[in-house]
This record gives sequence, structure tokens and C-alpha cells, in this order.
Amino acid sequence: MDKIIHSVTLDTDKCKGCTNCIKMCPTQAIRVRKNKAKIIKELCIDCGECIRVCPYHAKKAVTDSFDMINNYKYKIALPAPAFYGQFDKATKIESILHALIKAGFDDVFEVAYAAQLITKRTKELIASGELETPIINSACPAVVNLISTKYPSLLNNVIPLISPMNLAAIMARKIAEEKTPYKGSEIGIFFITPCAAKATCTKFPLGLPESVIDGAFSFKDMYLKVVPHLNDKECEQDLSKAGFKGVCWANCGGEVVSLELDNYIAVDGIHNVIHVLEEIENDKLSDVEYVEALACTGGCVGGPLAVENNFVAQTRVKKMAKTARGNGEAPEFDMDLVWQTPIKIRKQRNLDDDMFVAMEKLAKIDEIYDRLPKLDCGSCGSPSCRALAEDIVRGYSKESDCIIKFKEKIALFANEMLDGSDNVE
Amino acid sequence: MNSFKVQYTIDGEDFSVAGEASRKLKKVLQSLGVDPQIIRKATVAMYEGEINMVIHADGGVIDAEITPEKIHLFLRDKGPGIPDIALAMTEGFSTASDNVRELGFGAGMGLPNMEKYTDYMNITTEIGVGTTIEMIVNTSLS
Ligand SMILES: Nc1ncnc2c1ncn2[C@@H]1O[C@H](COP(=O)(O)OP(=O)(O)OP(=O)(O)O)[C@@H](O)[C@H]1O
Ligand code: SF4
Ligand SMILES: [Mg+2]
Repeated sequence: MDKIIHSVTLDTDKCKGCTNCIKMCPTQAIRVRKNKAKIIKELCIDCGECIRVCPYHAKKAVTDSFDMINNYKYKIALPAPAFYGQFDKATKIESILHALIKAGFDDVFEVAYAAQLITKRTKELIASGELETPIINSACPAVVNLISTKYPSLLNNVIPLISPMNLAAIMARKIAEEKTPYKGSEIGIFFITPCAAKATCTKFPLGLPESVIDGAFSFKDMYLKVVPHLNDKECEQDLSKAGFKGVCWANCGGEVVSLELDNYIAVDGIHNVIHVLEEIENDKLSDVEYVEALACTGGCVGGPLAVENNFVAQTRVKKMAKTARGNGEAPEFDMDLVWQTPIKIRKQRNLDDDMFVAMEKLAKIDEIYDRLPKLDCGSCGSPSCRALAEDIVRGYSKESDCIIKFKEKIALFANEMLDGSDNVE
Repeated sequence: MNSFKVQYTIDGEDFSVAGEASRKLKKVLQSLGVDPQIIRKATVAMYEGEINMVIHADGGVIDAEITPEKIHLFLRDKGPGIPDIALAMTEGFSTASDNVRELGFGAGMGLPNMEKYTDYMNITTEIGVGTTIEMIVNTSLS
């Protein structure tokens, strides 16, 4: 089986073994064992929900260290459009791009600009009528992971186009190879990421056989590097090329605005996305043409690695999109953007490959569940009593992990002891 | 164990929990390792039947039996019965009230979809007594 790779990890020193993350994880991918959280790889979709809820900041996204840019002679930054919304109200896109250069890059290429070509190709795909409806966007890798983990029957509805981030990387490299003397590994391409899911995609891109990006830096890390240079005098060169149709991808609903669709649903927040996917699976939304589904509230402006409050950032990005310099037309670039490698269905987590054995285990789960207190308190380290019953049958937990059960046992034991001592007297 | 049996009671009073039984069945089928496309067929069919039991028949009981070959569903209610089965099976036919339509149901597509997604479906009904719908989804992928 293919290895499942994700960027959300745990800082074990900081983890207190509380139950905040196990309760909020939309795929029930976390357990607390021996007082530390553990992520079940097969179930983690990299949505970053646990990063947001962990009060001790023990859940992190693996991103790269900024020093790595020194390994390259020509360094290009790819800012996600949502990055523009992280700064003070008066900041212009042009100033942010120039500040990136001051921070150490040789060039910038806006992901928003590449998004304009994705928009055009998406329109063509919709018009071709080849996809199952409702068509689901593939811009949020956490949503694509969710579909391949929990809703694999909907994979045929997903737009099979590479992401704006990866397209931007391919375009930026081509341009650099043409206009500079540098080649191949001398050029380093770095994505500025709002989230863990996209950080993973810089290493293991959806639909491409291999990575086209050399490193990923978080919004948080780059914010600190960019802010000191925001008011520096701008140089002559005009860096910003993206227009309204590209920049608005930062917000939920932006993609459908640039696609100029009427019959759509734009849904944000992973728990809301789950609800909509269930409706699609139940064939309740076949009259809807397009679903823009994003794991984070507000879209990528609400990414787990963002600095600014997502509602503030949403408004800012909206304003910036309106005044963006470019005309929003798709850039010319000769490349087939359709996935070269299909998205794989993740192996479903059955109880056993032998269905009869699975049936017996399922019956056992029901039996154990009946005995549990059904408080779903999470103190056992499993997200619900039902999940504990399943974990017991899978061999990861025992019934006495339930503190209520444990208390009952102690009480029983204590009574026996007392009875025993009565007899002695 | 030759098959897995499970029973769901469908509450006819509470609209907000309609769909819960088919969601539970989906989990059962997933943990048994049934193919995702087959799971989808069975759960959509059951979902439509479940919703019908809530909207048209005041709830009832659903029995599911799963074997490696097939998913067998029995939906039983003590509702008003269906006067004309052929008519009810027609796409677009619905007796749903305006209230129900406002909630997004009542397109008259439930029964036709149940037939479409299953490999066998049989309705027995008696006016004033109730309706039983038997459905089978084969789990082989042919
Ligand atoms: N269990 C039932 N008991 C009584 N009548 C039923 C039952 N199920 C369906 N019907 C009748 O058959 C009609 C058609 O059912 P069908 O499920 O196809 O459409 P609907 O429920 O009205 O709308 P939709 O399913 O598209 O939301 C219903 O309007 C109702 O009159
Ligand atoms: S919505 Fe955007 S920021 Fe959030 S997980 Fe998806 S791609 Fe990442
Ligand atoms: Mg119906």
C-alpha cells in the first residue's frame, strides 16, 4: 500500500494528553494513549482542525526552515492569495511582493495569477459535460483527502486539474530558466502556505508524479520576515500581475465568482463540508452544478497557519481583489493541466479482510458498546464510547480505559474488601 | 456467523434525525469492507426509504441483513399505505405537503431512485395498515 503522508504532527513535549483534539477531529483520527495524542495516519486528512483547537500548541504543521533558500542560487516565492489578507489595512499587493524580495527572494510568482488559468480550464471542463455533477473543486487538498478517505464514491465528481500552486511553480520555473542563466537545481521554488494540507502537496502533489516545489514556509513565519519591509521604498519593477479573478480565490466563494457560475454551493469549514458531501452521496444535490468546498472557515484566509483573523482577512482580500493590477485574464501557458496520476481511494478501514471475521468483530463492538456508559466524555482517549468499543476490538484499548468502568470496578473491589474485613471481625 | 443483522427504529416525529439510520448502515458496511460504490447504492436507497417512512408514514422499523453476496433491506411501517403503487413509482409523483417541499423533499424521486439503486425491490402495501418495502443490493461488482 502507498504510504500516507501528512504534515500535521505532534510536539510530544507540549502535549498534555487532554481531549480537545480527539473531540474536534472530523475523521476521528486522533487517540490519546499514555497521556499523549496519537494521529492515525490512515485517517488524517491534514485539515489542521487539531492545530486550531490545541490549547497547548502541541499540534503543528511541518513546514520548512527559511534557511533552506540559501541552498539555491535563484529563489522564487509563490505567495498564496490569502497571504495578501494578513497585513495592515493600507498594504497593497505590490508592497507585499516587494517585501518578499527584500526578505531574500530573487523573484515572486503569484499563485493568484496561475489560478486565472485554472479558472479558464475549469470552465472548459464544466462546459464539456464530462464530469459527474455536482462538480466538486479540487483546490483544497484537505477536502480531496476527505473525499478519498470517507467519500470515495464521489471521486468522479472532483475536478481533475492540478492546483494553482503547482501550476504557479511550473510556470515560474520555466520563466526563470528563460530569463536567467540558472538551471535545474540552482532554482529554488518556495510556496508560502496557509495550511498543512498544502504543505504536504508541495512534497506530494495531487495529480502530478513528483514534486515541483522545493520548500514550504508558513504564513506565520513569512509574516515576520515581510512586515519589516512593507514600507520600504518600492523598486521600479512591477511585480504584481494577478487581477480580481485570481486574488478572490483566497476567500470561500471566490472560485465560483471567478467562474461566473450561478448554480453553485460554496461551503467552508470541514464539518460543513462533510454535511454537504453526505447530501451529495445521498443524491440530494444533483440539481447543483458546482460545489466549492474548502476545509477552513472563510476559505484559505482561515487556514490554520494564518496570522490575521479570518473575517478581517476576508474583507481585506475582497478590497484588494477589486484594486488588483492585472486584468484577470488567464495567462498564456501551453500545458495540459489534467491530473497525470489519478487520486487513489484510501484503503477503507474495515475491521477485517475476511467479512465473516469482520461481522463477528462488529457484533463484539455492539456488545461492548452496550456496556459502556455512553457519555462520550473522551477520558479514555477515544473520541466516543462507540470509538472506544471499536478500539478495544481492534486491540488498541481495554474496557478499563473507560474511567467510569474503572471506578465501578474499584468500588466493587472496595466493597469486597470491606465485606471481607467484616467477616474477620 | 453467516450474516450480520441490524435493526433501526425510525422515529416518525423527529424530522431532524431522518437519515441517521442510513448513515449508521453506511458505517456498518464500511467496517465490513463493502465496496464504496455498493455502499453508496445501498445507503441512498435506504435513505430515500427512511425519509419516506418519516414524511409519509410516521416512522417504522428497518431490518438490514448483510452477507458477502448481498445487502438485504426490509422497511416496515404502519402508515396509510400506498393506494396506487405504479403511480407512486412514477418520477415526479408526490403527495408531499407544501411544508415538506419547503424542506427540499417532495420531488417524487425517492421511490424511482430506490428502484434504480437496487437490484431487487418489492413493495407490499395495504391501505390503513402499512407498507413493507424489500430491497436487495448485490455486493458483487458486476
Ligand atoms: N412509506 C410510505 N407510506 C405511504 N406512502 C408512501 C410511502 N412512501 C412513498 N409514499 C407515497 O409515494 C409517493 C412517492 O414517493 P417518492 O419517495 O417517490 O416521492 P416523495 O417522497 O413524495 O418525494 P421525494 O422522495 O423526491 O422527496 C409519496 O409522495 C407518497 O404519496
Ligand atoms: S481551505 Fe485552504 S487553507 Fe484551509 S486546508 Fe484547504 S487549502 Fe488549506
Ligand atoms: Mg420520498
